[in-house]
Amino acid sequence: MTTSPARVSGPAPGTGSVWDGLVGQSAAIETLRRAVAGQGMTHAWLFTGPPGSGRSNAALAFAAALQCEQGGCGHCLACTTALAGSHADVSVTRTDRAVIQVGGMRELVLRSALAPVGHRWQVMVVEDADRLNDSSGNALLKAIEEPTARTVWLLCAPTVEDVLPTIRSRCRNVVLATPSTADVADFLVRRNGVPDGIAAFAARASQGHIGRARALALDEKTRNRRHEVVSIPSGLTSLGACMNAAANLVDLAKDETEAITEATNDREKLELEAVYGSDPKAKRSRAYRAALGSLTDSQKQRARRRTLDVVDRCLMDLLSVYRDAIAVQTGAPGELVNEELRAEISTLARRSTPEQNLRRIDAIFAAREKMLEFTVPPLLALESMMLSLRI
Amino acid sequence: MATPKSSDVLGHVTLVTGPEEFLNERAVSQALQAVRHADEESEVSETTADQLSMGTLADLAAPSLFSTIRVVVVRGLEDLPEDTHEGLLQYAASPADDVGLVLLHSGGQKGSGLLNKLRKLKTVTEVKSAALKAHEYPRYVSGEVRSHGGRIAEDAAEILVQAVGQDLRALAGAAHQLAHDFTGEPLTAEVVKRYFGGRAEVKGFAVADHAIYGRTATALEELRWALDNGTAPVLVTSAFASGLRGLAKYKAASRGLREADLAREVGVPPWKLRTLREQSRGWEDGGIVRAIHAVAQADADVKGAASDAAYALERLVITVSESRIQR
Repeated sequence: MTTSPARVSGPAPGTGSVWDGLVGQSAAIETLRRAVAGQGMTHAWLFTGPPGSGRSNAALAFAAALQCEQGGCGHCLACTTALAGSHADVSVTRTDRAVIQVGGMRELVLRSALAPVGHRWQVMVVEDADRLNDSSGNALLKAIEEPTARTVWLLCAPTVEDVLPTIRSRCRNVVLATPSTADVADFLVRRNGVPDGIAAFAARASQGHIGRARALALDEKTRNRRHEVVSIPSGLTSLGACMNAAANLVDLAKDETEAITEATNDREKLELEAVYGSDPKAKRSRAYRAALGSLTDSQKQRARRRTLDVVDRCLMDLLSVYRDAIAVQTGAPGELVNEELRAEISTLARRSTPEQNLRRIDAIFAAREKMLEFTVPPLLALESMMLSLRI
Repeated sequence: MATPKSSDVLGHVTLVTGPEEFLNERAVSQALQAVRHADEESEVSETTADQLSMGTLADLAAPSLFSTIRVVVVRGLEDLPEDTHEGLLQYAASPADDVGLVLLHSGGQKGSGLLNKLRKLKTVTEVKSAALKAHEYPRYVSGEVRSHGGRIAEDAAEILVQAVGQDLRALAGAAHQLAHDFTGEPLTAEVVKRYFGGRAEVKGFAVADHAIYGRTATALEELRWALDNGTAPVLVTSAFASGLRGLAKYKAASRGLREADLAREVGVPPWKLRTLREQSRGWEDGGIVRAIHAVAQADADVKGAASDAAYALERLVITVSESRIQR
């Protein structure tokens, strides 16, 4: 594999090209552009980076660049369809389940063996490659072990440890960095036309998670919800306050989940009814009830996972408050994540020691582990956590 | 349920339906007994419906060399193959005089079309068993005792149900034993307690309540019963969680609220307030905090963070009851 810094053809970032959607990833983009130009191209890539750094966006941009005649101009049909997910030779797999099942993976492997419709590559993007289990991972391994000439696999995972070692060793790894606050703010201003002040706030508050930053910048409700969460610590003065804070946080997460999933759930139910017909006799049939039952089950599972995701995000926001408190206590340079709460955080910092705040951060991680790893009910885990955060 | 006579069974079809397997079995054995009572030489053959074709049914119902009287028991009627339905209905409409056909259906939706057609026939008698509701068990017990010629007091029946649990077979066995050990005298609560004391069907809530009251030994004993009787460990931790949640909210609620408002604020039914008031006397904030930490940890432990769920729960019971104010 040659890595000599030769001249790279194809459009550079900042000219409306496919790379423009990536924030603060110049090193990774350079690698990918070289590959598109033919230097160090290989059949399997693993994109790793912290949540929100744009793993799947990077994979999609790379896919588009591979399909584009000019190496990723961002304007041609190949680029636009690939980025929109409708290119015939780019298949994107994402899941809202906890694991990718082996059946789905086998279908994908079969499809990957087809020659591309166009003249370039058959690109298989697997978002959430960390959700492959042993059997589906091994199904994928078979395909990566003996690649077809024109097939490229693009896998995305938070860290390389999240995929099977056998898969890892057959992929070229592209590491995405956590984008800096300035990069994120700049992106929000440039792409979404967000006013400077809000963009700066959103970039700080999101701590480098681009999707989150965009949501915070564009939606006032999201900003308000975050404000509610980061205001929790200064109110945790009594037993009752802690118990209520836990209950409120769970309610908040449930509300937000419902807002997201309700529309999808209703649509899925209508689709099911369309399949079975609206005839009351068909609705009484065993097949319909079984299908409805399994649909409701999977909807519930999805909602539970969503709620956990939302709670998890709230915990990260909560954690940032204690991080800031320690920063104030130790006189660390740089901005606070919650600059707008400086007064409250200073009070918190005066009334506690850095050790206490570190212990609070530990309590937050412990609660997180209980919920995600051992499925402790969120309310119980949060009650226990809030009591540890008591001032 | 009236005991059937042999004339009710022979030349008829007995249809036994319902989810209570024990009651169904009993209906079958009563039918068999009735026939055997009439003719000791009678023969019984059993089969399952999925094995049944018209040929085998004719075979089973045919008179044997040794006895003309036969009872055929067919279990799992819901699994009867579709193409046998018509034949079975035909037979059921005009059954052979010397043959009693007993059909068992477990009461689900499956095969309900066939059941409805069978029910319309004059020759078919149905014996239905319904799943009992919680308050019906004592009545079931007194019925059982009466069938053995005894009498049982109402409170005694209730204690027996609490002690033995809601397994009909076990209840019938207990009633049988008591009725025969105390022939001629009414069964009182005292008698039942002497025989079945302590072996209660313990729910997680009982364990949590004892621990919150600080009765460590009783709570541990109840915990053992609960686990031995197959109570899931998660139910115990969730009972602790809701018990302590109520306690914490009760302690935190502002004084001087009316009962109804207080109950709403704490998030418990009004009758629970009295318990909470009693329990809260032994608790301070620090203890509640410690106890809730212990519950959260134990919940993770029983779900895989520790290897021994029973030990995790015992430790939980001890931690919680020791977190009370020590006197």
